[in-house]
Amino acid sequence: MKIIIVGAGKVGYTLAENLAMDQNYDITVIDKDADALAKADENLDVLCIKGNGVSTNILMEAGVIDTDLIIAVTGSDEVNMLCCLTAKKLGAKKAVARVRNPEYSQELSIIKDQIGLDFVINPEFAAAEEIARSMGFTSAINVENFAKGRVRMVDFIVREGMGLIGKTIADIDKESKSTVLIGIIVRNNKVLVPNGSTVIEENDHIYVIGNPSSVYSFCKYHGKNPDKIKNVIIVGGGRITYYLYKLLVGMGINTKIIEINSSRCLELADELPNALIINDDGTDEAVLRSENIDTIDGFIAVTGIDEENIMASLIAKNLGVKKVITKVSRTNYDNIVTHLGLDTVISPKQITTNLILKFVRGKSVESLHRIVDGQAEVIEFAVDKSSGLIDKPLKNIKIVSDTIIATIVRRKEVVVPHGKDLIKAGDRIIVITKKQNISTPKELISKANGGLQNELLNGIKRIGDIINM
Amino acid sequence: MNYLMVLKELGILLICEALAMIPSLGVAIWYKGSDVTAFLYTIGILLIIGLCSLFIKPKNKTIYARDGFAIAAIGWILASFFGSLPFYFSGAIPSLVDCFFETVSGLTTTGSSILTNVEALPLGLTFWRSFTHWIGGMGILVLTMAILPNIGAGNMQIMKAESPGPNPGKLVPRLKKTAIILYEIYIVITIIEIILLKISGLPLYDCCIYTFGSVGTGGFSNKSMSVGYYNNLAAEIIITIFCFSCGINFSLYYLAIKGNIKDFLKDEEFRLYAVIVLVATILITFNLNVNIFHSFGKSLRQAAFQVVTIITTTGYASTDFNQWPTFSKTILLILMFIGGCAGSTAGSVKNIRILLLFKSVKREVHKIIHPKSVSTVKYGGKTVNEGTLSAISSFFVIYIFIYFVALILVSLDGKDMITNISAVATTLGNVGPGLGEVGPMGNFSSFSDFSKLVMSFCMLAGRLEIYPLLLLFSRQFWKK
Repeated sequence: MKIIIVGAGKVGYTLAENLAMDQNYDITVIDKDADALAKADENLDVLCIKGNGVSTNILMEAGVIDTDLIIAVTGSDEVNMLCCLTAKKLGAKKAVARVRNPEYSQELSIIKDQIGLDFVINPEFAAAEEIARSMGFTSAINVENFAKGRVRMVDFIVREGMGLIGKTIADIDKESKSTVLIGIIVRNNKVLVPNGSTVIEENDHIYVIGNPSSVYSFCKYHGKNPDKIKNVIIVGGGRITYYLYKLLVGMGINTKIIEINSSRCLELADELPNALIINDDGTDEAVLRSENIDTIDGFIAVTGIDEENIMASLIAKNLGVKKVITKVSRTNYDNIVTHLGLDTVISPKQITTNLILKFVRGKSVESLHRIVDGQAEVIEFAVDKSSGLIDKPLKNIKIVSDTIIATIVRRKEVVVPHGKDLIKAGDRIIVITKKQNISTPKELISKANGGLQNELLNGIKRIGDIINM
Repeated sequence: MNYLMVLKELGILLICEALAMIPSLGVAIWYKGSDVTAFLYTIGILLIIGLCSLFIKPKNKTIYARDGFAIAAIGWILASFFGSLPFYFSGAIPSLVDCFFETVSGLTTTGSSILTNVEALPLGLTFWRSFTHWIGGMGILVLTMAILPNIGAGNMQIMKAESPGPNPGKLVPRLKKTAIILYEIYIVITIIEIILLKISGLPLYDCCIYTFGSVGTGGFSNKSMSVGYYNNLAAEIIITIFCFSCGINFSLYYLAIKGNIKDFLKDEEFRLYAVIVLVATILITFNLNVNIFHSFGKSLRQAAFQVVTIITTTGYASTDFNQWPTFSKTILLILMFIGGCAGSTAGSVKNIRILLLFKSVKREVHKIIHPKSVSTVKYGGKTVNEGTLSAISSFFVIYIFIYFVALILVSLDGKDMITNISAVATTLGNVGPGLGEVGPMGNFSSFSDFSKLVMSFCMLAGRLEIYPLLLLFSRQFWKK
């Protein structure tokens, strides 16, 4: 599959990096900036072309005629759209563009139709959606929905004093009597796929997957009470805030916006007539206190400056706010931010990359979630007959290493499978894997025979047993 | 530096060299030569060392620019050393330094020889000697990339260090596919030449020898008289054409296959190369016509053959051009400093560098007349960035500097000026024969061991375009 990526910025680079790992993709990167290109050229197995991605000549040089997909992620909406338009006219089969201006986003469907875009991504809107989703779950750092909301994955950090510490997964399961699966444990930034005898330690980051009500009761039982959030402060009045405000109001949450720039406040007031907008410095403790931060359940820092977001979040955390969400654009802060104790960190660029990857990996992959820089992936597949997985007990299927089938979703039920369960035609499965680039269910079946597979098979059986207990 | 990764890549390289020796072993067995065991021993040693390296499990698999350069430099030295073992084991060349010189000369596609009697060499060894031209021409490391499955992005650094030209690039997004395409084009050209030479009447074994020599732009022959031995006009024309073709950038062939023949003919470097060949041929033809042959046809035949084999850095001889008038010899000596195009199998400075150097000189002159003027240097309609230009200037300076240092060292042997000047020029430019004592009918055997090592260094430096080898002498390069 031939892919052209226009724009070698953070998003373009990460996309190229992830896609280039799969030998089936031939990637060409176009950028005007020689330095950005040099980085891609040195570190990635991709072809780099310096020039304007809108120019027909450059696109032809990149072989647009027989390209399967063009992804335009430059800093400018107009360039992205024009680029996709030109590429489509020249013969590219599919086009993805990043369009972030709210004025365009209201006319998105027309733009999509007229230009022939197959997928439009608005990073700020996507970030707002993600924040709104995790607002639904206070204790969790992140909430991800699969199978249109019928399966939920929640991740949280095991803190001091929680009942889970020191117990094996088998014990936990016996106690809570719920049908959820602890699919992944992240310990010291390393991803483990646990089995029944794995012991949970303090500061582990665990991912719990199952149907929403079971996950809810699991969290409740283990002392992480998913309270409902009623009052929220948003610091920073950028584009994310604009989308987020609408979403939060839709969820029935009282929302205050604090923005330092007075003219931006006026603009916001114009765009969001009913909002409570405060023109002040959101990183000032006195200001936060005067806005009754002690009655607030949720604090969201989304100013344009990472450092301010981090500081504001730390203040809020210190003042006892339960749920703090921090926007950090620069991913190189990741490690330090987790050390600071800020648990929910979102990066619009990361979200954009994930969404585009999800789109590229093809139709059979419905949704995809990457954990710890892609060390593990949670993927949802629709399973059809050609996959070779159908109507066989799971214990008879040899699955590639470091991979588990976490849930099977049928029309009426959500199954956390064990060895005897079958996958039927039309089912969706949710798979947790440390392997990169699995894009069809077929790839789950391991080809070679060996000890590893048996070990995994046992792993699956063990998980199945735990769940049945 | 990522030592473990470098070691591992070097091990893989040695395994590939062992594989590359198998055809020669086959030839040795076919002719029941005395060299069979020499090949077997060498292949055994290479495999043992190579397989050991496979057990190295580097934690960090990234290859940075300096690792790429280290792999290229050390890899070529190792490949030359192990490649020389068959000559040594078989006893055909008694001195290890001579063996090394001969193999370096082969792999770097130089074609300078220390052998006084080539015909006496066992046929398997002669085949191996020419086959090194073939693998060295396109690059040993590029070969490993084409063979190995799923190579990482870091290998781009290795390719950059090995491929000739100021800005080596990929043809297609995947490095591995690029390497495969290059070798496919190379193999097709090779097969066509073997067939054509066979039709022209050469024995099949000789066809292979001359084909490897000309497509790799090497120049080893199995006859002391080189191509002149056959006095076969058809063969001379075929060799001329194929040498010329292999001095052209291979990515142009890829464009042509893609149906873009216009761009091929429009390429500025190709045009300069063609013009230089044409002008040099015409000048030498007239010079020869007046002074030696007194026949236009014969002069043209010799002039065209010699000009092409010298500028492409092949170095075959159809006649003893050492006997030619000084004017012709001077032109040939200058051609040794020009060489073929970037991305070809030819060596020396390369036409694109000469072209860009002249363009920047032109700009400098313009700047003296209009001190405040701002202009860019264009190549093929695109602006060449200033970094590339200054890299080219410094390359040229260091090339000449190394030339002088080597010249001083070699002159310790006390040979005449012409011999020394041409010997160093011919080894640094990967050409093959020089003038005077090292002329087409002479050889390098009378130099001292020290001079031979200096010239081996020159050949490697010329093939890898100096920087990889130069870095080995930098202390910072070895630091973590």
